[in-house]
Amino acid sequence: MITVEKLTKQFKGNEVLKGIDLKVEPGEVVAIIGPSGSGKTTFLRCLNFLEEPSSGNIVVGDIRIDGSQPLSQQQGLIRQLRQHVGFVFQNFNLFPHRTALENVIEGPIVVKKMPHDQAVELGRELLAKVGLAGKEDAYPRRLSGGQQQRVAIARALAMEPEVILFDEPTSALDPELVGEVLSTIRALAEENRTMVIVTHEMKFARDVANRVVFIDKGVIVEQGDAKELFANPKEERTRQFLERSRN
Amino acid sequence: MIPESLQLALDSAPFLLKGAYYTVGLSLGSMFFGLVLGFGLALMRLSKVWIVSAIARVYVSFFRGTPLLVQLFMIYYGLPDLGIELDAITAALIGLSLNMAAYACEILRAAIGAVDRGQWEAAASIGMTRAQTMRRAILPQAARTALPPLGNSFISLVKDTAMAATIQVPEVFRQAQLISSRTLEVFTMYFTVAVIYWVLCTVLAHFQNRLEARANRHDVES
Repeated sequence: MITVEKLTKQFKGNEVLKGIDLKVEPGEVVAIIGPSGSGKTTFLRCLNFLEEPSSGNIVVGDIRIDGSQPLSQQQGLIRQLRQHVGFVFQNFNLFPHRTALENVIEGPIVVKKMPHDQAVELGRELLAKVGLAGKEDAYPRRLSGGQQQRVAIARALAMEPEVILFDEPTSALDPELVGEVLSTIRALAEENRTMVIVTHEMKFARDVANRVVFIDKGVIVEQGDAKELFANPKEERTRQFLERSRN
Repeated sequence: MIPESLQLALDSAPFLLKGAYYTVGLSLGSMFFGLVLGFGLALMRLSKVWIVSAIARVYVSFFRGTPLLVQLFMIYYGLPDLGIELDAITAALIGLSLNMAAYACEILRAAIGAVDRGQWEAAASIGMTRAQTMRRAILPQAARTALPPLGNSFISLVKDTAMAATIQVPEVFRQAQLISSRTLEVFTMYFTVAVIYWVLCTVLAHFQNRLEARANRHDVES
């Protein structure tokens, strides 16, 4: 589904990602964990080119993008890739001037040129799916953080992506709102959607992900079956990190 | 005394109305062209290509850093030396538009720059092009920020059209000059003209408020 080959990223001489290889199979849920500043968010943002990789390839379906070439010359390919790869942001990034429904149908109408009625139908369906039936006409300002993030998930789903990337989807939420977003994502996992989730919610990662990838200092230190990795981490760094995140 | 002044104002009405017609025309025309050109300049300012952005910067610096009066004289009295002869109204329209564009550019650039980077990313993440993003996500939000300062600039522009009188454009202030030099009723004429500008600007401020309310409607708590 997604193949990442030798992805590197330098930031003003600072090597944030040092050659990451990762393959995500269809239907797989991959959780990426790691300390702050480990490069996990940068890695995720490189996957749909919100961040420009310094080198390495990213392959989604039959779209292959060479990160060492200037992205400005591959804009068309990148837009194609993004239509297959949904992204959910830590800060939701809903369009504040559009209602919940308008946020969801923006992509289908503008990018996919879907007829308006059909898009509205799809949008209502998706809002109902994330538990927001009745909020169609609400502007983001009037919604709670958890509701906004669920609208954002519906917006990503509306493009019918093959993979959805989540960048710490609950980090900006008040504690009491985390649950509703996690259960929305959990429901998607149960539909066998392919997802890559950067998260600090260890319990959630263990329960929902098939595979956990531990990134530290720009490299994948360890990866494996979620329950196995949490129960018996092989690497010392993983063990230390899990130890710390338990406290 | 008062009735006489009133009589004079009424007698001058046809001339003043004709003048007001030019004033309004000049204002609307240079608002329109100023905004279009200003938007183009704002996009140039935001360009990653160094030279493109530099051209816009120099333009803005020049037109904000020199008096409008001097700009009008350059265009109307100066350009004929270079073989370009413009009639007064065209010269005034061009001068006011070029001047307005410099202010509009800075206002729009700042407003576009103030839109959260996450909005660009959100639009990109669903596959929108830069142009689609600009039109559908960024500009509607930038408009909210830009409207109050743009409104102020437009109101200034209406008043600045009085400077076109100096290059013989028969707008309302020029008419007042002509009439008062004939009748010697100086105060009445200029006061009448002041009231005309006042009315025009009040109407404009009213539209500005309505537009702002409209742009902010998604923000209203209830």
